[in-house]
Amino acid sequence: MKKNILITIGVLSVAMIFFINAKKTTLAVGSVNYEVGDFARDFNLKNIDGKMVSMSGVRDAKGFIVIFTCNTCPFSKMYEERIMELQTKYQPLGFPVMAINPNDKELSSGDSFENMKLRAKEKGFNFPYLYDETQEIASAYGATRTPHVFVLKRASDKYKVAYVGAIDNNHKDASMASKKYVEEAVDNLLSGKDVPTKFTKAIGCTIKWRDA
Amino acid sequence: MNKLVIGLFIVAFSACANKPRPVDVIKFADLDKLIQDNSSDLMVVNFWATWCAPCVKELPQFEKLLTKYENQGLKVVLVSFDFVEQLEKKVIPFVKKKDIKSDVMLLDETDYNSFIDKIDPKWSGAIPATLMLDNRNGNRRFFEKEFKEGELEEAFNNFVH
Repeated sequence: MKKNILITIGVLSVAMIFFINAKKTTLAVGSVNYEVGDFARDFNLKNIDGKMVSMSGVRDAKGFIVIFTCNTCPFSKMYEERIMELQTKYQPLGFPVMAINPNDKELSSGDSFENMKLRAKEKGFNFPYLYDETQEIASAYGATRTPHVFVLKRASDKYKVAYVGAIDNNHKDASMASKKYVEEAVDNLLSGKDVPTKFTKAIGCTIKWRDA
Repeated sequence: MNKLVIGLFIVAFSACANKPRPVDVIKFADLDKLIQDNSSDLMVVNFWATWCAPCVKELPQFEKLLTKYENQGLKVVLVSFDFVEQLEKKVIPFVKKKDIKSDVMLLDETDYNSFIDKIDPKWSGAIPATLMLDNRNGNRRFFEKEFKEGELEEAFNNFVH
């Protein structure tokens, strides 16, 4: 009897190891991509002020504008002002910005934590600028480029993906953008409506993934 | 008269020698036409930018591919996402300095979402990215990745054969 229990425990442990490893492999190849309707995982990442930030820690938020971005990509730089404007407009309405830099500092030294602090200070960032040092969050979300936006709607302790894509349809000139995808998505969520454009694409800098 | 001819000859010759590699500024319609154009047997279109470090790193592989397979009907087109304002200051000097032999074009567009899927539905929009076309049989293959040393030729051979 005792022996049977031991064997069972042994078999279960082996099975669990296999299961965990299989999950890890999927993450590493980045095949886990959040699509609209999926639930996004929370994170606990270091902000430029040294404090850890998670979505669950922002009690009164109705949702989040999660933006994978960085210091070095020209497209990211072009959108910095607009990201600040999103925070100014939507944080008071319950949809704060969470900017996350996922780039590996070995491959892109300009994206180190120290340089994030410098960039934020220089530009006067008004939003949390978090460092995804292990790249786990970018990998889990299926982010591929900077900037890459995920608008999430909170449902108690869950975060439902409502929009994935670009901020608007003109990287060069915000005033020339005829479609402001993120604003449109958040406005609709705030008024309890469906998001009309749920997914867009844009050219961006590939995320600098650490070599496996 | 003779002097004039010689003069003209010298002007023409020096113009040729100093001619920078032209970088055509194009719109998506032009790119679409280029992709549809089947006058060369094989075409490799690479999407890059001078500010994209992994793109710049893999460029020599495209140049080598062109040199090696040009006589088998390969055309290589490098489509830059540099901003058109940087054409004279950055793109043309870069192309000259690296002595790039492939065709270089600068895609001057803003509404990316309107055309990325038309190039390939699998493309998320990250660069570098590469499209291979075989006009002999209509095959095409898309890569959203950086080719590490030696990988481009391997991918090309896998595609062609």
